Amino acid sequence: MAEQTTNRGAGRPAKAAEDGAGYWKANIRIITISLIIWAIVSYGFGILLRPLLSGIEIGGTDLGFWFAQQGSILVFLALIFFYAWRMNKLDREYGVEED
Amino acid sequence: MEQFTINLLFVGASFALYIGIAVWARAGSTSEFYAAGRGVHPVTNGMATAADWMSAASFISMAGLIAFVGYDNSTFLMGWTGGYVLLALLLAPYLRKFGKFTVSEFIGDRFYSPTARMVAVVCLIVASVTYVIGQMTGVGVAFGRFLEISNTAGLLIGACVVFAYAVFGGMKGVTYTQVAQYCVLIMAYTIPAVFISLQLTGTPIPALGLFSTVESGGADSSVYLLTKLDQIVTDLGFASYTEAHKDNLNMVLFTLSLMIGTAGLPHVIMRFFTVPRVSDARWSAGWTLVFIALLYLTAPAVGAMARLNITELMWPNGAQGDAVSVETIETAPEYDWMLTWQKTGLLDWEDKNGDGRIQYYNDANEEMAATAAANGWEGNELTNFNRDILVLANPEIANLPGWVIGLVAAGGLAAALSTAAGLLLAISSAVSHDLLKGQLTPDMSEKAELMSARIAMAAAILVATYLGLNPPGFAAQTVALAFGLAAASIFPALMMGIFSKRVNNVGAVCGMLSGLIFTLLYIFLHKGWFFVAGTNSFPDTVDGSLFGIQSTAIGAVGALINFGVAYAVSLSTADTPQEIKDLVESVRTPAGAGAAVDH
Repeated sequence: MAEQTTNRGAGRPAKAAEDGAGYWKANIRIITISLIIWAIVSYGFGILLRPLLSGIEIGGTDLGFWFAQQGSILVFLALIFFYAWRMNKLDREYGVEED
Repeated sequence: MEQFTINLLFVGASFALYIGIAVWARAGSTSEFYAAGRGVHPVTNGMATAADWMSAASFISMAGLIAFVGYDNSTFLMGWTGGYVLLALLLAPYLRKFGKFTVSEFIGDRFYSPTARMVAVVCLIVASVTYVIGQMTGVGVAFGRFLEISNTAGLLIGACVVFAYAVFGGMKGVTYTQVAQYCVLIMAYTIPAVFISLQLTGTPIPALGLFSTVESGGADSSVYLLTKLDQIVTDLGFASYTEAHKDNLNMVLFTLSLMIGTAGLPHVIMRFFTVPRVSDARWSAGWTLVFIALLYLTAPAVGAMARLNITELMWPNGAQGDAVSVETIETAPEYDWMLTWQKTGLLDWEDKNGDGRIQYYNDANEEMAATAAANGWEGNELTNFNRDILVLANPEIANLPGWVIGLVAAGGLAAALSTAAGLLLAISSAVSHDLLKGQLTPDMSEKAELMSARIAMAAAILVATYLGLNPPGFAAQTVALAFGLAAASIFPALMMGIFSKRVNNVGAVCGMLSGLIFTLLYIFLHKGWFFVAGTNSFPDTVDGSLFGIQSTAIGAVGALINFGVAYAVSLSTADTPQEIKDLVESVRTPAGAGAAVDH
């Protein structure tokens, strides 16, 4: 199996099985980190942790209000673009990108 | 030129554009009909998905939802955007890699079970049909309001236009029409908002204007818009705008239900089948949210600014001064819009205490009783104040030129039509691809399938038109149902199908059914069996509800139950076969198909 996989691919001596597991593990790690941030900005800053942020004033209200109405959406955007960029890079690192 | 003529011109021109696209983008194969030939650029798909997703409710009602409640309804803003993070990270790339045409097809193949596929088809059709009713009535209402024709005639015209591009163009026609509809609706939404933001705060970007200062009357110092709004609404006995009034548990669960529901709505997911590659699906989810955010970042600003505008119009001398007089409303040009909208029945007032002035305040607030008694007020005199007015009457309130009003008319129709078309497409592909091709007549030729897809689409439009003309009494409640179903049944099944190799056919079916039944039961117990008023066992309020969770927020709990049951049942039944593990493996890597063949 090792010989088979070394012959093909974009010049990478890939150990397919371990690499496949490594790729998926790396993906899960990126997803987990992203979803933690996703939860912190919306459920955290926007709702549950809002009292903690009440001291930070922004435009006539507090930072928690801003996160609930705008900040979380902006962070969501950043997360999706980060994920797309990071995964496309990961695809190339593991040689699993399309064509 | 008369306003009616301008509206007619704008709506007519936009419809001509949609029909032109229909002629240009005809579908010649099932791949084009179901997935636009998988040739849609990720940015184009993002725009189309944004139009697909943003319905008449987003366009017309959301600013009002936020304006009249304030901070608590931020849940809609977070919930309806945060779902795209789940979609981008957990579903879209893998389902694109799977490379089939419908959501139920993935569930059927991954859980090697026609039963699972049928459960998914039923959830999909129920969720989409309930959702489409609201869109069709929205088309009728928008027509009736702006073009002075009956709702029925308006709905029929709208149905004919959808018919033209959806039946012939399928996903291909719908995609390019949705791109055009997005452009119309976003211009219609942002142009009036920019003008209002400039008038109030001097900032051309409404999202920034929301946190800017406004000129306060008389004094040379300026105060923040939100501070001023908080002050005047609390003076009138309303709940403050920026503070929280709802308990955390319900806010979190409601937001989570909207997010999971968004990520599980089939008509949104299937849009990601149209892009050429897995990496495009990842980018495309980001572009979708960019285009949605343009409206969703503007909506809270429109809401707050319109509420401040209207409250100040009613109290031109501040809450401590005299209210606006009936005579002013009837004669002053800046109150013209009130007379216009009184005719539509969305706005009304009555001088209850006969003092010649209209006092607008919260008469349900007991603390206001003393103030009211001292001033001789006898109840809130702005007797009807529909929240949809905030967006629809915005251009008139801000005194904008007639063409802006025409644009808003075309924008409202674009929002309703684009969502209706996406839902109809989800329904027709479920019928032709999952039911007919997948179940009843598997050896159907491609040509026959394409024909049956068109017939299913035409039938779906007829059913939706009928339901739009004769909406069942529960039409207003159905959004909760659609999101609850998508959250409790479809999203968990898809996610487990990708992220677990262990969840098997029995587990998936048991999980979906228990999530579904729990959610339906909970909604029916609070809203009445099949939404028949009076048959509910618990009051539909937070305090009276069964677990202290409002019925609209229960989808997230249903999803948890689905996950739990599916895992428990799977672990106590046979492991998934090797070919299913291979299928999951191939879905997980963009180029997995090639590698799998090599071994």
